[in-house]
Formats: sequence, structure tokens, C-alpha cells
Amino acid sequence: MRRFLTDRARRAVAASLRAATRPAPPCPAAPARALSRPSPSPASAMASYMARAMSTSAAAAPPVSLDTINPKVLEFKYAVRGEIVTHAQNLEEELHKNPESLPFDEILYCNIGNPHSLGQQPVTFFREVLSLCDHPALLDKSETHALYSSDAIERAWQILDKIPGRATGAYSHSQGIKGLRDEIAAGIAARDGFHASGDNIFLTDGASPAVHMMMQLLIRSEKDGILCPLPQYPLYSASITLHGGSFVPYYLDEETGWGLEVDELKKQLDEARSKGITVRALVVINPGNPTGQVLAEENQKKIVEFCKNEGLVLLADEVYQENIYVEDKKFHSFKKIARSMGYTDDDLPLVSFQSVSKGYHGECGKRGGYMEVTGFNADVREQIYKVASVNLCSNVSGQILSSLIMNPPKAGDESYESFMVERDGILSSLARRAKALEEAFNSLEGITCNKAEGAMYLFPRLHLPQKAIGAAQAAGAAPDAYYALRLLQATGIVVVPGSGFGQAPGTYHFRCTILPQEDKIPAIISRFKEFHEKFMDEYRDGSSTSSKTESVEDKTGSGGDKTAGSGDKTVSGGDKTESGGDK
Amino acid sequence: MGRKGLDYEDLNENVKKVQYAVRGELYLRASELQKEGKRIIFTNVGNPHALGQKPLTFPRQVVALCQAPFLLDDPNVGLIFPADAIARAKHYLAMAPGGLGAYSDSRGIPGVRKEVAEFIQRRDGYPSDPELIYLTDGASKGVMQMLNAIIRNGRDGILVPVPQYPLYSAAISLFGGSLVPYYLDEEANWGLDLVNTRQSVAAARSNGITIRAMVIINPGNPTGQCLSEANLKEILNFCYQENLVLLADEVYQQNVYQDERPFISSRKVLFDMGGPISREVQLVSFHTVSKGYWGECGQRGGYFEMTNIPPKTVDEIYKVASIALSPNVPGQIFMGLMMSPPKPGDISYPKFATESKSILDSLRRRAQIMTDGFNSCRNVVCNFTEGAMYSFPQIRLPQRAMDTARSAGKEPDVFYCLKLLEATGISTVPGSGFGQKEGVFHLRTTILPAEEDMPAIMSSFKKFNDSFMEQYQDYSKL
Repeated sequence: MRRFLTDRARRAVAASLRAATRPAPPCPAAPARALSRPSPSPASAMASYMARAMSTSAAAAPPVSLDTINPKVLEFKYAVRGEIVTHAQNLEEELHKNPESLPFDEILYCNIGNPHSLGQQPVTFFREVLSLCDHPALLDKSETHALYSSDAIERAWQILDKIPGRATGAYSHSQGIKGLRDEIAAGIAARDGFHASGDNIFLTDGASPAVHMMMQLLIRSEKDGILCPLPQYPLYSASITLHGGSFVPYYLDEETGWGLEVDELKKQLDEARSKGITVRALVVINPGNPTGQVLAEENQKKIVEFCKNEGLVLLADEVYQENIYVEDKKFHSFKKIARSMGYTDDDLPLVSFQSVSKGYHGECGKRGGYMEVTGFNADVREQIYKVASVNLCSNVSGQILSSLIMNPPKAGDESYESFMVERDGILSSLARRAKALEEAFNSLEGITCNKAEGAMYLFPRLHLPQKAIGAAQAAGAAPDAYYALRLLQATGIVVVPGSGFGQAPGTYHFRCTILPQEDKIPAIISRFKEFHEKFMDEYRDGSSTSSKTESVEDKTGSGGDKTAGSGDKTVSGGDKTESGGDK
Repeated sequence: MGRKGLDYEDLNENVKKVQYAVRGELYLRASELQKEGKRIIFTNVGNPHALGQKPLTFPRQVVALCQAPFLLDDPNVGLIFPADAIARAKHYLAMAPGGLGAYSDSRGIPGVRKEVAEFIQRRDGYPSDPELIYLTDGASKGVMQMLNAIIRNGRDGILVPVPQYPLYSAAISLFGGSLVPYYLDEEANWGLDLVNTRQSVAAARSNGITIRAMVIINPGNPTGQCLSEANLKEILNFCYQENLVLLADEVYQQNVYQDERPFISSRKVLFDMGGPISREVQLVSFHTVSKGYWGECGQRGGYFEMTNIPPKTVDEIYKVASIALSPNVPGQIFMGLMMSPPKPGDISYPKFATESKSILDSLRRRAQIMTDGFNSCRNVVCNFTEGAMYSFPQIRLPQRAMDTARSAGKEPDVFYCLKLLEATGISTVPGSGFGQKEGVFHLRTTILPAEEDMPAIMSSFKKFNDSFMEQYQDYSKL
């Protein structure tokens, strides 16, 4: 019986891996009424039919089809709802219809950095202010004081006074509301101890559109390259492909806690240049996604120096700046590092991305964010403004929230204490969750896991037995994708295979968020353990003793794997694997 | 390294080519004058709340509650929120697990897309599939997603009406495609002339351009015309013959100010036509919360609906949508509310109906005041604003004005609009920003200034215009 179930599970795994695309949504047939009715003018319809039959384009595919759309759209991979997630959604529906049909009672989405979807509560003060700004008529009512804290009411007034006509329903300046940009600049200055200007802030619908805007500006052709970390958040590879540029990878060193070595940057830069690529910019994600490392100040200085010497734009993805979980590390913005080295606007073009989606607030649905653009000539900034103006402006509610996260309640404010309780509660719980999951992963045979010093993810490495790799290949899947699918089918836990982020050849990982609510973590760990042990038993190479040895060898040999393989990576095109992750 | 990583010379050429007049020279000059303390009447952008239009109460109540869901448990909530707003907030929060703070499906919240589909079915009489409706951060984002998916290179052409809303020219430049203009006929109330369109197509093809898509804006921006059913049929037939996808910008569908030609959607006309056309012509229709009597521009809410697009292509467009993760959730809820506003019998219905009717009635009166005002001016002729939010008068500039403008290095209409701005504080957009026939000049104003200010604005315009015409009247008449 058990054998039968295993076989069935295998077949299901293989089948869902074979299904290259999700089932197509039904195309609405032309309504029956329209079909049965003769067209208003049969003669003219016939004439047009004839005209079409005779026209040169008649034999061509419809104007919008896979054969005729932009090939860059076809090429880029951004399977935010990749196969694993699509499969999870199908299982969820199945569970809904028949709760007894699966060996678990809920799907646990650890694939996506979307805290509120897993039950994280919004920060009360921020939401009070947003609610009041959405309906300013409330501010004139005395009853409002019964529902909202008085400092939220006061803040809503302050914000509305910064908006021309207090009109939150109006398009704003394309760069964002000036008063809010000034407030954000003041927040940056307070954080860094160096001047910041509201004129350098561009408010955007989340950080992703800001990244796209910069790629659009920088990339002229496939001869232009962008240096990006591997593993990386696939926004970068997707955006570079979509804009027709070349993805130039540099590897983070797993052995040193995903360290970013300037020697590696230099090596990859020279290699790209030798292939005729003009490298335009360096992307650094700090704290790292999916790798969770927090860069040391000394390391950041070397990176700044490197960009200055090589004439690269530094694109600093700093959206996890509030998410730090270890005592011995602090977040330092690249701007602060550059200014502390004495570099000014004239020395280094630098873009820092920030978002309301991350941090302790996790307000993903608001699509708020900004980029701070320094070291660019005025004529370049005008071009950024022009591109921003085509979309008119970013959403005003997201703009307001961006200003709030950069200027939260201060000591003495009525909401300060409750705000701090909420904030610290979320951050310390995230730290505990990160630690519990990391320890659990490291306690297992065949898994090694670096600490999550920051961000929202763990990126454990799987040392898979040869037999498991063989089984995956037989199913036509990447070994880590195979593992992730088996995990899902056995436990309902959704993770993203490492191949979606890029990894050193011959290594396998998965990304797991630390976001499930804390009371669920022990159950997740035990379900995970149970699955993993069975999986390892099922695929153990030879006898159990030899497999242990092999697994140990595998661990020690991992550094070698990486160096051997890194040269094989092609420079252009970015990451082409099927499964991806989401912020 | 002497150069920095990003000098102007090193920018993507497509970015540099983009022109976006709505926020161009005139707007910048107006902002300067405003800083100097001059009173500026901004009529350059269709941005109703910026000119004092008040938001509709009910949708704001619902979104305020969704922002602060903890209020729903507060016994005092009923003091300031009506019961139907509370119920509706719960309805949307139930649709959006994680509330306003969670990324939604990249295509939008399924429940809201269903409300959109139901609206479309009520409007057109044909069923609509929520799977083919994608919510977006405003209609502009949707247009850009579609053009990004369509345009492969500089030999792909998009047919765009001239005068046009410059979003289209900007997005086509940005994606490296070719804009193929077709001229609207001012003499025929900005109607679409297919003979002329066919000539444009033939000319473009002889230059090696593959025409991929046709854009229509109905009601028209900046031209304000409402297309007739017969005209829409011709357009759909044309797209069928020429194998073009029709991109129907229908964001002004609530803004109609005459009764002879109510808004009719391209989709309804397509399905009414029946036969192979209705099954084969590919159509993408765009809508937004920024226009109508809502005017909620700052929310960035919108959707597009795809008809006859193959499922695999729909998946690719899903992928394009997914890189922005999801449209903003408050904007999605506004979209849902616009699609299913309060109904007769609901507590909030009377107030909602009064507010929306008063906005629409006033817009209709303002459209009339503005058209009449322009037509009373010397050398100005203006078609009636049948719909949308703009007036697009033709300014017949005397030769002397044109000569003076050119010697100052300005397009004649830019020269006129700058003078108008300096003299009256009225900030308009010159017709050259939208495209116009050679030697013919226009300006665009919105009809959005407050109704009570309208007579004064029109009389200050007239005073300026008539003295301008006096000053520059042709040599022969001197």
C-alpha cells in the first residue's frame, strides 16, 4: 500500500513537472446570441471577408500571439506564480473541496515575502493616518476622536497640508508630493547623518518599478551589462532581459556567509569586458535576498571604491534595511558609506531603493516606495522625471505611507509606546523565527544553512543523494525543483527552488521565508523534518553508512563545485530557470 | 575614469526620444509663475480633484475602513460610518486575504475582477470572463504593458489618432516602435476617416513598417468626440481586414455630455457584428478610476479586458504584469466600487446619486460654457465637447503671429499658449503636443475649473485672445 502511494506521488510529481504552462483560462466564445444572428450587413461582411482573404496579412498569425509578440517578453522568466505555486494553489482548491484528500490541512506559503498574507497585522498608527487621509471629511467630525488616536489625527492634518488642495484623489507631481519627499529626505538624513534632498527622491509604486526605470535608462542594447549577485532576486534578471541587456553575474560566497568579494566582482567585470560588454551598473542587495546576509562596513567601502574606479552606477537595493536580526550587524546605507569616505555627488552615481513592502511594516499591497538618486547630472535627472511623468504619478496612499515609515512616531507622541510595542514585537519575533528555522535546517542530514542576518528568508543548501538527482532527472526536473514539489505534496509547505534565483552549478538550494506566524513554526519544523528524513531514506545512496560519508564529503567539497562551475555561466540573458521567487 | 557611469550621452536613446507635452514647457513655466506668487489656473491635466472636485463620499468611507480594519471591531464605528460602507468594507476585506497590506494576485484580486466582469456584462449584454480582466495601477500602466508585449522593434507600427493623448507616442518611443498617425477630421467633428487611415497604412507599409495595432480613444482625448456605432463598425472591420489588434481607450465612458451618441463599447459593437469578425478581431479595452465622475486620479486604479487573445498570450501578459508584483490594493478596491456603486435602496444611495449627478451635470454645463466661450472669440473655432474632459479649440493664428513665434524660436501654438499663460494665468497645452495637421494650431484645456469660475476664465481668455489677434492681425488688414 505504501509503495502504491509513493508511486502515485511520483507520478503526480512527474505529471505536474511536465505541465510546462498552467492550464489556459477559458477563452470566452463569442456569445451565442451574436453567433446566431446574421451580421448587420451581410454584403459588407462578405466584402471584408474577401478583402481579408486576399490581403497579404490574412495568412499571418493573429496580431497578438506567441509568434508575434515581443520576443523579450517570451524570453524573460519571472515565475512569481511558478509551477510550484500554481500546483500549491490547485492543492489548496482540492483541500477546500475535500479536506480529507491530502495528508495536511493547509497550504503554508513560505515562497513569498508577503507578511500580511500570513497574518501579520498592520501597524496601527500608519493605518490610522492612511484611513484619515483617504477620507479627510472625518477630520471635521468630533466623533472621530473616539476612533482614532489624536497624534494620528494631527499627522493626517500635517500630511494633508503638504498636498496641494488637500486632494489625495489628484495626480501628484510625477516625482511624488514635494512635502512628502522632503519628509523622506529628512528621515534619510537622520538615518545616515548626511544631508539628503527631497529633489533627489522619486516616489514609485513599490521598489520594482523604480528598478525597471533605472534599467530602462541604462540599457541601450545587449552590449550593455549589469553586474548582479547570484543568487539574486529574479526581478533583476527579468528586468534586464525585458530591456534587452546582458546579465553579468557575480557569485556570493556561501562558505563565508554569502560574502561579496571585490575580487570576484573584478574578475566577472573583466571577463564581461573581454566579451565586448559595457558594464553599466552594479546591483547590490543589502540585506540580501534570498541570501539574508548583511554587509560589513569595510566590505561596503571596497564596493564603493570599486564602483568609483570602474565608473559603474551603484544600484543599492536596500529594501530590507529595517530587517536585521543579529546583534553584531547594523545596516549602513551605501550613501552613508560613500559620504563617510568623503565622496560627494561628483564622485559616484548612486541609487538607493526603499519600499513600504518590507521592514516591520510589510505593506506589500500598498505599492509604495522610493529611490534616492544622487550623483547624476541635472540633464539625466530630467530624463528620469520624464519617464516617471508618462505614468503621471505613483499612488498617493503609497506615497503617504513611504513618508510615514521614514518618519514614524517619536518618543513623547501619544502613539509612540504602542507603536514601539508593535514594531519590536514583529522584529523580535522575526528574529526568533529566523533562528528556529535555521537551527532546524542545520540539524538535518544533507542540509546546511547560513544564518539569516537580515531580510526575510533562509536559503538552505540541499546536499542531495545521487539517487534523488537521478529521480529528478528522470522526471525532467531540476533536482531542487523536484525536492520542493515533493515537499509541497507531502506537507503543504511551499518554498521556491534555488534554481529560480541562480546558484553555483552543481549546488541545490531552496528559499523559505521566515514569515509564517510564530505559533505555527514548531509544526512547520516537525512536518518538514518528517518529510526530509523520509526523502533522504528513500533516496539514500547505497547503504546508510556510505550515504552519511558521501553527504559529509559533499559538504566539504562544495567550495570546489562553485569555482569549477562559475566559469561556465554565460554572461548574457540572465537566469533562465523555470521557477522563480517573489519578494 | 573621467566620465561618470551615467552621463546624458550614455542614456538609452529611446528614453531621450520620449516627448510628453502634458507636463512639458508650458507646465514648467506655469509652475515657475506659481512659485512667484501668480495665480495659475491649471487646465493642462485631467485632474479633477486638483481643481476642487470633492471625492464621492461612499467609496472614500469604504476605503478608509479597509485601511483601518481594526475600526470594524470598535463599538463607535457606527458613529461616523454608515452601515452599508461597513458592510462593503467587510466584503472587500473578505476578498483580499491579508487586507490592503498584502500583494494580491498579479492580475488583481479575483473577487474584484469578477465585479468588473459583471459590470461589463450589464453594460454590453454579453458575458465577460474575469480571467481575461487584469487590474492595473491606472490605465496608463495597462497601455504600457500591452505595447511592451506587442512592439518587437522599430519596424512594428502602431496606428494612433492625431491629435492623440501623448501617452501613446511616449510609450511607443520608449519601447522602440513606430507611431503611424491617422488624422481625425476636424471638419467632421473629429470623426475617423478610414480613407485617410488606409493611406497612412499604405504609406507606412511601403516604408517596411508592419502595422500591429490600432489605438482609438473614445470618447476622444483631446478631441472630445463620441464615436458612433457605425464608425466603430467600420473600425472593427478595418482591424479585421488589416489584421490589427484594437486598443480601445475607453477611460471617459462615463463622461458623455450629449444624448444623441451615448457611449457604446467597442466590445459590444464587436459582438453585435457576429460572424468571424466577432470571434477573430483582437481587442483590448482600458478603463480607470481616474476619470468619469469619480476622478480618483491619485489612487492609480484601472483595468484592461482582453477579447479574442489566445490563452498562451494571455499568460505572457500575466508574466509582464507579475514583474510589478501586484497593482496597489486600495486602487483595486476603488475599481471594484466604481464597478458596483451603491444601488437604489442602499443607505448611501441617495447621497451617492446626488453627488455623482451633480458632478456630471456640472461637467455638461461647463462643456457648453467653454465651447460657446471659445466660439465667441475672434479667430477661434471649437467643436463641442461631446465627451471626455477637454476642449480643443482651433486657433487661427495670423501670419504675423506665426512669424513672430518662429523668430522667437517657438512653435506658433506654444508661443500663443505662453502669452496666454503670462497674461491670464491659464495653463493650457499647445496642440503640437498632441499632433495636428500641418499649419493648423490648437490648444487643449480641460473643462474642469470650478463652474462658478468658468465665466470669469472664459472672459479673461476672450480678452487676451481678442487683443492678441488685434496685435498680430495680418499685414494686409492693417
